[in-house]
Amino acid sequence: MSMPNNPDNYGLRLVTRYVVLTVIAIIFAFPLVFMIMSSLKPDQQLLADTSSLKAFLPVGDISFQNYENAFSRVPVGLFVFNSMLVTSVTVVLSLFVCSLSGFSFAYLKWRGRDLLFSIILATFIIPFETIAIPMLLITSKLPWIGLDGFSIGWLNTYRVQIVPFIADGLTIFLFVQYFKDLPVELIEAARVEGTTWWQIYRLIVIPLSGPVLATAAILKFLVMYNQYLWPMIVVQQEEYRPVMVGLQYFFQTFTKGGIAWGEIMAYLSMITVPVLAFYLYIQRAFIASVAATGVKG
Amino acid sequence: MISPGFGLIVFFIILPFLSAIILSFTNQRLISPNPTEYVGLANYKQLLSVGVLTLDPKRNSNGAVVRDKNGALKYPRLRNFTRNNPQYPHIKGMRELFSWNVGDNQRTYILARDVVFIKAVINTLLFVLIVAPGQGGLALCLALLINQKLRGINIYRAIYFMPVVVSIVVVSLLWRFIYDYESGLLNNLLSSLTFGAFESVNWIGDTDFALGSIIVMSIWQAVGFHMVIWLSGLQTIPPSLYEAARIEGASKWQTFRYVTWPGLRNTAVLVFVVITMQAFALFTQIDVMTNGGPLDSTQSIVFQAVERGYGKQDISGGSAISVLLFVMVLCISLLQRWLTQGRS
Repeated sequence: MSMPNNPDNYGLRLVTRYVVLTVIAIIFAFPLVFMIMSSLKPDQQLLADTSSLKAFLPVGDISFQNYENAFSRVPVGLFVFNSMLVTSVTVVLSLFVCSLSGFSFAYLKWRGRDLLFSIILATFIIPFETIAIPMLLITSKLPWIGLDGFSIGWLNTYRVQIVPFIADGLTIFLFVQYFKDLPVELIEAARVEGTTWWQIYRLIVIPLSGPVLATAAILKFLVMYNQYLWPMIVVQQEEYRPVMVGLQYFFQTFTKGGIAWGEIMAYLSMITVPVLAFYLYIQRAFIASVAATGVKG
Repeated sequence: MISPGFGLIVFFIILPFLSAIILSFTNQRLISPNPTEYVGLANYKQLLSVGVLTLDPKRNSNGAVVRDKNGALKYPRLRNFTRNNPQYPHIKGMRELFSWNVGDNQRTYILARDVVFIKAVINTLLFVLIVAPGQGGLALCLALLINQKLRGINIYRAIYFMPVVVSIVVVSLLWRFIYDYESGLLNNLLSSLTFGAFESVNWIGDTDFALGSIIVMSIWQAVGFHMVIWLSGLQTIPPSLYEAARIEGASKWQTFRYVTWPGLRNTAVLVFVVITMQAFALFTQIDVMTNGGPLDSTQSIVFQAVERGYGKQDISGGSAISVLLFVMVLCISLLQRWLTQGRS
C-alpha cells in the first residue's frame, strides 16, 4: 500500500471505505430498527409506513399501546421471569461445576484423566439436536425428590430446563485452557505451604479467573435465554414456559389474516431490546467471548 | 472435583446419545401400553428406501401411445406398480419423489418409501451447501473490512455482530413480517423504490423462493459470529509478514494469497465445520416461519426428527433420524481432522 502522495486520492479512498462500511451497517441494523419502530405504531399506520423510509422512523401516532395489548394477550411477564430464572440459575451452576472440572483437568493428576478429557472433547461433535428426542424420553422417566415428596418425570418443571445444560464440553474446555495459562508457581507455592486443593481453587484460581468466567457466562447466557427446541418439547404448561416458546404461542393466538404485527413487534422488542442494550454496553466482552471460542477451539 | 461436571455430561449428553442409537433399532414410543421390541433396521429401511422405475407410456388397444389434451404422453398410474404388485416387491408402498422424461417415449421415476424425509435430507444438504461457503466467505470479507485501522471501526464491528445476540426465534418472526406477501416490508419497499415496477414475491409462500429466503435470513443473523472468529484468526498473523510483503512490493491480492490465507488455514477449517454443524441442525427458522411448507420445500432433517419424536411421539423414528444426522455431522468432522492433519 503506497502512502498518500496524492492527498485527494487518499481522501476519496477514505470516503469510499466509510460508505461501504456504512451501507453494510444499514443492512445489519435496518431490520432491528424496523422492529422497534413498528412496535410503537398502530397497525394501520405501520402497514402504510412499510412503503417508505418512514418504516425506520418514529413518526406519526407513537404510543406504547401495542405493548399493553401484548401484555393482556399472554402473561409476558411470567415468561420473562421463567427465562430469567432458568438462565441465571443455569449460568451460576455452570460456572461453578465447569470451573471445578476444569480445575481438576488442569492441575490434579489422576488415573484416566487424559481419557476422560478426550471423551469431553469428543462430545463437541454431538449436536444437541441429535440427542433431544432420546433425552425427552429419559427426562420423562426420571425420578425426583422434592419438598412435595417423591415423583416421577421431569416434564413441565424448571429443573428439566436447567440440569441438562449445567455441564458442557466447551465451557469445561475454556476453563482448562485458561487455567493452564495461569502461572504454575502460584499453585506450587501454595501446595508447599500445605494449602488444600479446595482452598487453592477458591482463594487463588477463581479470583484470577475474571475473563474466563465472563466469557463462559456470556456464552451460556446467550444459549439459555434463546432456548427454543428443548423447552418446546418438554414444557406444555404456561406456568414454566420461557420467553421464546411463549413467543411462538403468542403468535399462534392470532388467526390467519388477523395478525396484529404491531403487537408482535412489541413482544419481540420487549424481549430483545434489554439484551441488545446489555450487549452494546459491554460489546467488547461479548465479541471477545466469541473470539475466545475461535482461538481456543 | 471432576465428578459433578463429568457425571452431568455422561448423563445428559453421552447417555442420550447412546440411547438414540439403541432406540433407533426398536419401536419405542413416548407413551405406549405395549412393551418395546427390537425391530432391527426397520426404522432405517423405512427412512432410506428409494427405488427407480422407468415406465413406457400407456398404449391403447391398437398399440398406439395415448396423449393428453396438451399432446403430452400419458403414463400408467404409479399405484399399479407400488400397491401390492407381486412383480415389483422392491418398490411396494413407495411414492414419487420426482420424475423426468428419458428420450422421447419413456419416463423415469425416483421413488421413496418416506418421501417427506428424503425431501428433508435434500433441503438440508442444499441449505448446508449454500450456507457454508456463502456465510463463511461473507464473514471473511467482513473480517477483512473490519480489520482496517480506521477511526470508529469498533462501532461498525459492534453493529455487524448485533444480530448474533438476537434470538433466532425473534429473527424468524421479524423476517416473517419483512417477507410477508401483502403487508411485508420487503415487497412494499421494493415496490415503492421501483415506482411500482417490482412485482410482489411470496418470499416464504412460494416453493421457488422459500428455502432461499430462509437462507438469506440465516446468513444475515449468524455471519457476524464467524466474522469475529475470522478476525481473531487474522490477528494471529504477525505484522512482520505484512511488512515483508510490502517491501517485496506485493499487490493486495498477492498479500492475501500468500500471507493472509495461509495464516488462516486452521481458522478456515474451524469456521466451515462450525457453520456446517449449525446448518445441519436447521430447525427453528422452519418451525417459526414455514412448518416445512410450502409443499415440503423447506422440510429439514431436525424438523422431521422433532415432528416424529415429539409430535407423533414416535421416539424410535425420531431417534433413527437423529442418528443419521449425527453420521452426516461425523463425516464432516472427520473431513476436518483429515484436512488439518494433512496440511500441518
